[in-house]
Amino acid sequence: MPDKRVVEDLHLRDLSKRFGDFVAVDDLTLTIPAGSFFALLGPSGCGKTTTLRMVAGLEDPTDGSIVIGDRDVTGLRAFKRPVNTVFQSYALFPHLDIFENVAFGLRRRGIKNVKPTVEAMLELVELTPMARRKPKQLSGGQQQRVAVARALINEPDVLLLDEPLGALDLKLRRQMQIELKRIQTEVGTTFVHVTHDQEEAMTMADTVAVMNEGRIEQMGEPSEIYELPTTVFVARFLGQSNLFAGKRAGSGADSVKVAAHGQEFGIPNSRNSAPGADIIVGVRPEKMTIVDAGDPIPDGHDRISGRVVDVSYTGVSTQYLIAAPWGEEISVFEQNTVVGDRSLVGDSVDVHWAPDHAFGLDGTGIAPSAVESEPVSGN
Amino acid sequence: MPALLPTSGSSAPPQVAARKARTGYLLLLPGMGWLAVFFAIPFITLIITSLQVPTGASGVYAPGFDIANYGEAISQYGDLYVRSFIYAGLATVFALLIAYPLAYFIAFRGGQWKGLLLVLVIAPTFASFLLRTYAWRTILADEGPVTGFFDALGVLPEGRILSTSIAVVAGLTYNFLPFMILPLFAALDKVDHRLIEASNDLYASPVTTFRKVVWPLSLPGVVAGTLLTFIPASGDYINAQLLGSITTRMIGSAIQVNFIQFRDYPIASALSVILMFVILIVVSIYIRRSGTEDLV
Repeated sequence: MPDKRVVEDLHLRDLSKRFGDFVAVDDLTLTIPAGSFFALLGPSGCGKTTTLRMVAGLEDPTDGSIVIGDRDVTGLRAFKRPVNTVFQSYALFPHLDIFENVAFGLRRRGIKNVKPTVEAMLELVELTPMARRKPKQLSGGQQQRVAVARALINEPDVLLLDEPLGALDLKLRRQMQIELKRIQTEVGTTFVHVTHDQEEAMTMADTVAVMNEGRIEQMGEPSEIYELPTTVFVARFLGQSNLFAGKRAGSGADSVKVAAHGQEFGIPNSRNSAPGADIIVGVRPEKMTIVDAGDPIPDGHDRISGRVVDVSYTGVSTQYLIAAPWGEEISVFEQNTVVGDRSLVGDSVDVHWAPDHAFGLDGTGIAPSAVESEPVSGN
Repeated sequence: MPALLPTSGSSAPPQVAARKARTGYLLLLPGMGWLAVFFAIPFITLIITSLQVPTGASGVYAPGFDIANYGEAISQYGDLYVRSFIYAGLATVFALLIAYPLAYFIAFRGGQWKGLLLVLVIAPTFASFLLRTYAWRTILADEGPVTGFFDALGVLPEGRILSTSIAVVAGLTYNFLPFMILPLFAALDKVDHRLIEASNDLYASPVTTFRKVVWPLSLPGVVAGTLLTFIPASGDYINAQLLGSITTRMIGSAIQVNFIQFRDYPIASALSVILMFVILIVVSIYIRRSGTEDLV
């Protein structure tokens, strides 16, 4: 089993990739700390895979540089970089057995006695009995673990994972998320994980960077960016958000008031990232509570009256869609803590929340209709 | 609808399984029938003919069991077998050397031109085999530029190309080239480009990637291509006849001459049977050795 070693930071400096007129990666500057589990999260076509492929050396950047520690690797061919990749398709060599697949990198570097290392690695990914099988004879989850072992055995400075769990079913994916996290903690290598699955990114990564149209929209710890998104895209892509576009109506010492749809909503100053007068108020669905219309709500809470238009029971929680007076559909998640106490479609209800949970986004140049369509879920 | 049908034989009721099996055999019938009429029966006839005894009259033979025909065939034409296999082997090697880079280029770099390039590979076969071989007589003619060029380089021991073994091997190589290119292309086209990236990612240089990934994965195509070239080339006599001389005759010529000119059917048949068995043995050893069973 590889020992914990000194690994080095990965720096991307002004990295760009253009395919003709299309800008896949747009002037990306980023430092990924050594030993971290870093997730690049974004929808397909956002440039996350291109970024990964540039780090791997499989794609040449149009501009910028890639530096590991203090070594510039931008000009190095893929086979000379201290970086290994776990491919989305696994890309296991079909003509080699599992042992030889895992040993491939070691043999190419001319290492003589590969047996103990390969066996230790197969043990780490719990595939010792499969050593002499061909990739075709393994299940998807097992193939995935071979792909991880084949890359990790080389003790790369950075391990790149390109949607490695995309082909697995939900249960196996959960299992592999925990497994990968365990392996990462054990070996201490820097993992850069590309995914479009926000839940996967949040479960596994120490740091998540949300990418959109070739740029990083926001970066931070999962809880940090979930609780306090700073752009409409992040608020929408990472979980769900109810967004109300409005204008600054007053600023206090601790909070701002935003006028929207004839009502006023409060946002703590510390949670407002909008510099100007156009502010979009955001509230996560699980931060909202439903009461019967007109029932008392806690002091200081903000309230919207509406009518239930959809109820979906998901076991742990019930998800409601509430039509606000101005037509917007508000999404609310309620924990199913009480048996049988649910609102029904057609009920008139009030939705309320603590302003401390609201966040403010810069609404400059964004049409209200662009944010107030029905809530979009991020997968 | 598909969900209502049994998805595997084991879950199907017995009569359904039986019907499925019957359908399979029915589908085999035309092919089996064809093979029976045009392979099995002629082959048995060939063996019977190869054992017939002469009656004295030219071209007339009586049924018998004359093993001596085989001894005579071997003692008289043994060197032709050797020469045939050497020529066919050389032609196969040259065809592989020419075809592999070409098939590699079409498969990996052909892009939208793949189809057109493949048509160009097959296009020469639209003209008759004989015609193309005759054309080579002109190309390799003693006064032609090709011969002139190589002669000037001083690489021609006999001072000419036509009527030498070089011409025969060149003709064989050329004529069977498409049969080498097509299976190679099919195998290379199937190689997943992501495997090449994975190999690069795992410290393999382009050369090592070719040796350790692309070449092994293309082996089924190499085996198919070499067989499709070697087998017909070793039985061919047109190239030896049109491009060679009396000293470059191949076993196909001997079979043809014995059948058509000498009307010595038993010897001609014995020669054919020996050729078939030698090819069969060579091919089985070859396939066993190349170990491609679990690749396909």
